[in-house]
Amino acid sequence: MTKKLLQVEELQTEFTRDKQKTRILHGVNFHINEGEVLGLVGESGCGKSLTSLSIMRLFQGTTGEITNGNIYFNDSNLVNLSDYEMRKLRGKQMAMIFQDPMTSLNPVMKIGKQLTEPIRVHLKLNKSEAREHAIAMLTKVGIARPDEIVDEYPHQLSGGMRQRVMIAMAMSCNPNLLIADEPTTALDVTIQAQILELMKKLQKEEKMSILLITHDLGVVAEMCDRVVVMYAGKVVEEASVYDLFENPKHPYSKGLIASVPKLGEKKDKLDSIKGNVPNPSNMPKGCKFAPRCNMAMPICHEQEPACLAIENDRLCSCWLYELETR
Amino acid sequence: MLRYIIKRVLEILPIIFVVSILSFLFIHFIPGDPARLVAGKDATLQDVQNVREELGLNDPIWKQYISYMGNLLQGNLGTSLKTGLPVSDMFSSRFMPSIYLTFFAMIWATIIGLLIGAISAVFKNKWPDYLGMVTAVSGISLPGFWLGLLLIQLFSVQLGMLPTGGSEGFKSYILPSLTLGAGIMSMIARFTRSSLLETLQTDYIRTGRAKGLKESVVIIQHALRNSLIPVVTIAGLQFGFLLGGSVVVETVFSFPGMGRLLIDSIAFRDYPVIQSALLLFAIEFIIVNLVVDILYSVLNPKIQIQS
Amino acid sequence: MNSVSIDKNEKTVSMQPKYSPVKEFWKNFRKQKVAFIASVFVLLLILVAILAPYIAPFDPYKPNYDALLEPPSKSHLAGTDEYGRDILSRLIMGTRISLSVSFASVFLGMILGTILGLMSGYFGGWLDRIIMRSSDVLFSFPDLLLAIAIVAILGPGLNNVIIAVTVFGIPSFARLVRGATLEAKENTYVEAAKSMGAPHRRIMYKHIFPETVSSLIIFVTMRIGTAILAASSLSFLGLGASPETPEWGVMLSTGRDYLGTASHVVIVPGIAIFLTVLAFNLIGDGLRDVLDPKTKND
Repeated sequence: MTKKLLQVEELQTEFTRDKQKTRILHGVNFHINEGEVLGLVGESGCGKSLTSLSIMRLFQGTTGEITNGNIYFNDSNLVNLSDYEMRKLRGKQMAMIFQDPMTSLNPVMKIGKQLTEPIRVHLKLNKSEAREHAIAMLTKVGIARPDEIVDEYPHQLSGGMRQRVMIAMAMSCNPNLLIADEPTTALDVTIQAQILELMKKLQKEEKMSILLITHDLGVVAEMCDRVVVMYAGKVVEEASVYDLFENPKHPYSKGLIASVPKLGEKKDKLDSIKGNVPNPSNMPKGCKFAPRCNMAMPICHEQEPACLAIENDRLCSCWLYELETR
Repeated sequence: MLRYIIKRVLEILPIIFVVSILSFLFIHFIPGDPARLVAGKDATLQDVQNVREELGLNDPIWKQYISYMGNLLQGNLGTSLKTGLPVSDMFSSRFMPSIYLTFFAMIWATIIGLLIGAISAVFKNKWPDYLGMVTAVSGISLPGFWLGLLLIQLFSVQLGMLPTGGSEGFKSYILPSLTLGAGIMSMIARFTRSSLLETLQTDYIRTGRAKGLKESVVIIQHALRNSLIPVVTIAGLQFGFLLGGSVVVETVFSFPGMGRLLIDSIAFRDYPVIQSALLLFAIEFIIVNLVVDILYSVLNPKIQIQS
Repeated sequence: MNSVSIDKNEKTVSMQPKYSPVKEFWKNFRKQKVAFIASVFVLLLILVAILAPYIAPFDPYKPNYDALLEPPSKSHLAGTDEYGRDILSRLIMGTRISLSVSFASVFLGMILGTILGLMSGYFGGWLDRIIMRSSDVLFSFPDLLLAIAIVAILGPGLNNVIIAVTVFGIPSFARLVRGATLEAKENTYVEAAKSMGAPHRRIMYKHIFPETVSSLIIFVTMRIGTAILAASSLSFLGLGASPETPEWGVMLSTGRDYLGTASHVVIVPGIAIFLTVLAFNLIGDGLRDVLDPKTKND
């Protein structure tokens, strides 16, 4: 029996603007098993990044707050932790790497100092021990001449190297969960492959779980064990990578899969999903995908479908299947 | 680093050159005969003639400039019409007090301004922010001479704590530097706030938080240094505001500095003094901006490498 | 032919009824309560300035030796000065002087600076270098000192104060507009207009200048506050208006000897300067929040 490392239940997150609350996450549910790579996919604006920020509770300087739901991690509910307890977790048991390595490192601080910060805080090492550890981490992520790099500034490094530094930083305290928010989107294609390979290698070695957020289904196919598809602040489908690509259930997932060009297939035009993601402050009634769905039925515009298990280990939130199972 | 400094020094040389030309031409800009202006109102025709000879006003203009520069480089700034003393002697006793005054003003304004700005940014849209920003917007709207008069009234006349001005050692610097620094303190506070707010939105601050650093560490070690970079530039530019303000403040407090000397000389049409005082102010300002540029490159490692 | 097609495009854009920048601006600006109140205050001041001779209760120049340095009372709401002149009437006349001096110098500086900045940013090359180097030289004289230097050359007086404040505004405006122009020049629609053969002057005024307007408006508002402070400082130093003029800085300068005995002589004109400058600064802050999305923080 695999053990669940992280379980997100009915997660709701809201932002306040001009005294008006806008809900971005409308009850997100999913879990990550130990040692598993879970992909979280969806169009930009569907709330996948916000889900990761909610798990880390990185809302400082914004009006964001979790208004409902639970996030179980190991044995604690992150929603109920104090700021202090949460800070002890961040960077130690759960670490995060971000989309743009060019802006994610402090431009006026040496790499070494930035790397040793979490090491000194969480592992309580002294300055020289932390430096040793940082150099070891840099070697681990495949950076040549690490003992020189620690004394350089971020702008002296290429984008790929910076992302390696970010990974080294995230891995430095040996976390159980690594959240990677579009880790390769800002990189060149050749560098992308290297970074993904590195992540996969480290994941196997350290037996950690990864929550990989991406809109790139190619990356998902490469990296993930299971996939969660999000649309407009909700999970619409959850399946193993194989099942999702072979037989997507939700019309939105179908659209996503169809929009990926396949090798050996002759087509003049790629399929695309018509329309845009709805505005969070003006959500459609019923199923949020209904206005863009070509299989929409009258009930779709009236009532939201529940998320139901349709096969073993598969979940889907769509009236097509809900009516079927009834 | 050294190469960068040399490059910047070389860049300001042409500006100093042009400023020196303007300063030289100052006498010629004024409507009327320069020799008569320099000789003074009560001079006889012979006096005027002597001045004309002395200044070489009959020579071609480029020759006049060369001899002007020659005198300048030897420290010969001419003779005051009012006192008959060499201008350089008059400056020597007044230059340092003015420097101290602007220095004290800059120091307290920077420290308090940074503090207010940082507190406002951290407590954005809460009462410390409102208090800080009301203080700051009031500070930039206060006429310095009025603030000076009010401070004199309160601390000197009513409480009798501090001198109304003059040169009684450190005590007589307190009120003038408070007055002088008020405006620039407010500007620094406003810029620090907006700069820090911008920095706090950046990705690397999020990285810092994701590492599990304390919020105070994130703000002080990561955000503050980055937001200081634009603030330093602004503070440098605003130094001119301080120099201009020092003229007003020195007048209000009867402070024995360069600014008051300038104003007194204008009232007396003591042109040699006016001319050299303005030149000195301009060069002071140019040098401060150079120092600011260098400070900026120390704060920003990107510049060091590129140079 | 080419320019006709550009015109057509502009019309189709402006005819869309949905989006009106003026309405949008008004809607957002009304939300800025502080700036809105400050604008009402400034409008009142302008009204006072226009109607000054009609609403001043006393002759601001006429001495009254029976009422020297009287504190505020029912007949003299702001008291009287050392010649027994009604301070409120002098303040009212002073509003006219301060506003017209600052408006005149800021707008003159803006026009000259904008033209120089547009040319500098748009054409670049040697013209840019000459204009920017000259403004560097002007910048090497601190604001108020440059004004003092100009007054020292031209002699004291309000007209010379206007010239002085204008001159020290020009380089700031030129730099601001140059920067905005360089940014606007990069826009694709400017490239498009150029490739269609639109003449330089047309591109500058139709496409680039509008881009610079919002930063100009903010800067002008702030600058008026600075100009009022500069002009009253010059007057306070004895380089501006003559001693009998009811200019705010002059009133402070002549009243300072009576600070200990009749403090209202100094306090009242100071408050007038402070509130006026404060109002312009608050409007400037509000405008920036509305017009400049870059500095918005939410």
